[in-house]
Amino acid sequence: MHTTTNGKPVARDHVIPSDLSEARRLQGEIEEALHAVHYNDQEIFAIKMAVEEALVNAIKHGNQMDPDKTVTVSYKVHSDRFDVSITDQGPGFDPSDVPDPTAPENLERPCGRGLLLMRYYMTDVTFADRGSTIAMFKIRK
Amino acid sequence: MTQQPRRQRLEVEDVGDVAVVNFIDKKILDEQNIQMIGDDLFRLVDELGRRKILLNFKKVEFLSSAALGKLITLNRKVQAVRGKLILCSITAEIREVFQITKLDKLFTIHAEEQAAMQAF
Repeated sequence: MHTTTNGKPVARDHVIPSDLSEARRLQGEIEEALHAVHYNDQEIFAIKMAVEEALVNAIKHGNQMDPDKTVTVSYKVHSDRFDVSITDQGPGFDPSDVPDPTAPENLERPCGRGLLLMRYYMTDVTFADRGSTIAMFKIRK
Repeated sequence: MTQQPRRQRLEVEDVGDVAVVNFIDKKILDEQNIQMIGDDLFRLVDELGRRKILLNFKKVEFLSSAALGKLITLNRKVQAVRGKLILCSITAEIREVFQITKLDKLFTIHAEEQAAMQAF
């Protein structure tokens, strides 16, 4: 299944409904692919955290859990880096409008930490399509 | 979204006047699951009148930011009744999540349950 014995990265494209149980299934598949090329526990935790936050944002905030809308997910597992792109069918958002959740006045807000975690755990995070596509990668150290 | 059956997600043990809470799940994920965990935690304060709560994370390997939101709300509820919420036995990876989000400054966190109990 997920092997890179031929030196090629494992690449998968999925279109999933706005259903968090589908996100869970996809997370399991990604974790399995990472294990197969010997990513360590810390690296897997980091990628799972970033992908979880991005998928929940896409399904819940982007698509508003609308069952008629889908989320497109493409990922590649290389031996030295992980790439993922997630696109929802929502109106998008401006990442610069997201308040800093670590500011003292925001510390007790119950939400708004996903973007911070994605940026911390991944090497790079970029947005396109007015915020409805997020592309992230992590380079193994 | 598929409907999940109601099942036990927390183990609550009374040790003196402290409610010691252990999470059953290794992963605290999913909107619905987190909502139910939040409801169970809030009930300790709102309905059962508990003022001292210790959350033991020894079984928890992963949690998302949505779960952090419930902990923040629980902390507010406990503070509103002049109680005390303490967290303990958090894995290094999850401890890092608290540090990144600076929630380690909001919560009282102890490495071990015994030390946490003495802090009430």
